[in-house]
Amino acid sequence: MIAEIGLFSLVLALLFAILLVAVPTWGLLVEKPRLINAARVYVCGQFLFVAISYCCLTACFLNDDFTVIYVLTNSSLTLPWFYKLCAVWGGHEGSMLLWVAILSVWMLAVNFFSRELERAIRIRVLVVLGALSVGFILFLLATSNPFLRQFQLLKSTGRDLNPLLQDPGFLFHPPMLYMGYVGFSVAFAFAIAALWLGRVEASWAKWTRPWTLAAWCCLTAGITLGSWWAYRELGWGGWWFWDPVENASFMPWLVGTALLHSLMVSEKRQQLMAWTLLLAISAFSLSLVGTFLVRSGVLTSVHAFAVDPSRGLYILIFLLVVIGGSLLLFAARAQTLQNQRRLAVVSRASALLLNSVFLGVAMLTVLMGTVYPLLIDGLGLGKLSVGAPYFNTVFIPLMIPVFILMGVGVHLHWQGDSPRRLFARLNKEIVLSFILPALLLMVLEKKINAGVYLGLVLAAWVLLSSARVFWTRVKQRGMRDIGPSFIGMVMAHCGMAVTMIGIAVSSGYGLQDDVKMAPGSHAMLAGYTIEFISESVLTGPNYHGSRARFLIHNAHHHAEIFPEKRIYDVGQMAMTDSAIDVTPFRDIYIALGEPLDDDAWSVRLYYKPFVRWIWGGGFLIVMGGLCALSHRRYYTHKKPLPSLEAPTL
Amino acid sequence: MNAARKKKLMMVLLILGVISVVTALVLYALRQNISLFYSPTQIARGEAPTYHAIRVGGMVVSGSVLRDAKDLSVHFAVTDYSHTLVIMYKGILPDLFRERQGIVAEGMLLDDHQFIATSVLAKHDENYMPPEVKDALARAEKEKVKPRL
Repeated sequence: MIAEIGLFSLVLALLFAILLVAVPTWGLLVEKPRLINAARVYVCGQFLFVAISYCCLTACFLNDDFTVIYVLTNSSLTLPWFYKLCAVWGGHEGSMLLWVAILSVWMLAVNFFSRELERAIRIRVLVVLGALSVGFILFLLATSNPFLRQFQLLKSTGRDLNPLLQDPGFLFHPPMLYMGYVGFSVAFAFAIAALWLGRVEASWAKWTRPWTLAAWCCLTAGITLGSWWAYRELGWGGWWFWDPVENASFMPWLVGTALLHSLMVSEKRQQLMAWTLLLAISAFSLSLVGTFLVRSGVLTSVHAFAVDPSRGLYILIFLLVVIGGSLLLFAARAQTLQNQRRLAVVSRASALLLNSVFLGVAMLTVLMGTVYPLLIDGLGLGKLSVGAPYFNTVFIPLMIPVFILMGVGVHLHWQGDSPRRLFARLNKEIVLSFILPALLLMVLEKKINAGVYLGLVLAAWVLLSSARVFWTRVKQRGMRDIGPSFIGMVMAHCGMAVTMIGIAVSSGYGLQDDVKMAPGSHAMLAGYTIEFISESVLTGPNYHGSRARFLIHNAHHHAEIFPEKRIYDVGQMAMTDSAIDVTPFRDIYIALGEPLDDDAWSVRLYYKPFVRWIWGGGFLIVMGGLCALSHRRYYTHKKPLPSLEAPTL
Repeated sequence: MNAARKKKLMMVLLILGVISVVTALVLYALRQNISLFYSPTQIARGEAPTYHAIRVGGMVVSGSVLRDAKDLSVHFAVTDYSHTLVIMYKGILPDLFRERQGIVAEGMLLDDHQFIATSVLAKHDENYMPPEVKDALARAEKEKVKPRL
């Protein structure tokens, strides 16, 4: 019964979404305010029924209703209740429902927070979002209905959630990531609405910024959580694999970051409008491509669920319509939005532009590496894979100018600046950022690794330059009037530097050893003695296995950790549950490999200095974003904007 | 040429420069880091290059997994049911590595029937078959049928 209510609500939601597209559009054509204003009701209706539908699926999971195929394949009687709650997005159908639910949440938010926005724009934004909802709900109903029933296996105990997903990381990572992915749809809708209207108001960028910022924060948090989860659970200690699905989330992030910065130029200077619109369209298009890559089954990875050609075809057509359509619209209308004001060659605006270009190029190289194997396979030229070394060779050189510009840009004036004056202002920082890392490395490490040094120089440069710009601002305006956006910017930039330090040091000075160990034996790693104390039998709610006790000690430190090997009862699938001894400056990571003869195990030992800083930096970036989002001016729109010099559009 | 045009020209040249550097980088990196997949049959026919990074795959032959008593060295055979290939590896095998399971190994070919793996991949699902392996099995099957026809 519950499943039927869910399905029926989904159909009703589709109806509301169709009305949301049709009625206001018609209203705009015949200029009837009543029809136009109906959009608000339809948004609420769609939200309500999608929410009901989502709750129904959750209820099916909690009730262990195994007549619903989706519940049967993704849950079991023994699964703990909180994993049942999030098993809703453990498979393809449910995660698409989550996607639609999150889209409805964003639409509701736009509906409520944009009341003061000019009606012509607001309604168009909602219509575009409605059209996207139609596409996705139709996709759910036509090719991946989560409420489908079966009546053959009535006494089943369920096939269980994939053991890899049974981890606290799974509670937060997918919803966060989706909040980010889907959130870019709002920026996309704003861009399409502006193109549809054929003019960009001075306040357009101001309205788009908080939405982009919110989506970008969620995406950053989602990626950071995903990386941390991979490190603990999937990755045998790796935190980024350049897996196609990771790339799918990283590409929108790169473009989203570029968009965030380009929007700033558009808001403050009314320049780069066309570029900003293009970035807004690309960011969401890449989110869609990400969904296509992951859900269509063309990619095989942990994240790919099921291979079903009809789904792939649907998404492909949907993709063509959305991306192709919006790019066509852009090509037709962008000319009329261009303004004549030139950028000064050396100015903050041009630094921001250059940075967003580098981020865009970096995205293209990632895209290239991700789709190249697909292209070659599609053309029948063979099966190949592009490995992590490709991405490292191409991506890392592109990040060097990004970091340099990050430090330079914040010191430039909007109106234009001269390189010589800039150098005079920053010479101390430049010299220090070369010297400090060298000193640190010489004191702390025996041999200096060139890659690590380069990373540290870039990080030091960004940190010093951010500190300097912060100090200057405090001297100018006093502690009170710095402004949350400025603080947020400094925090986010420092976060990038912190992440850079983590990446450089952990990959440059990390150690790995695969050894054969039996209880009683010990191994040495980076000055620590690691003793295998004992092994015991492990029984969990839906798994059994072995649990080992390891002692890690040196002169100052003493810790015990317990890596496990679990066999999940339903699928008889083996899982490695690693154990980590954490301090802010280094991790010692132990994972059990496989049992060998005579009580021994193959054991993987890692020493990872500064690896926590990678996610610490991500956390700082998110905090910076949230801080900037708290700025009051995004929420008070009563006063008309003071127009800059001359209205140019 | 007036100043504005000159500026524009400089801009265009700069962009072209960046694009060409990036393209060169991409092409170079792609050439260095692509690894092609070969089936045991292709290797037996000598189609795969030796001492070059490639990937191979197939089903792990039952009873072929032999471990060294001292360290983590292991060797096993993979088959596409018409030819087999011996893979040598040192390290920890993935959780889902089992006999009669499809796997993919990355590494280098020494001669027609010996392969040194740098990593072994088995996917994270008990029902999963790497697509390359599936494909290789299907092709080997087809070729076996052919002579009879």
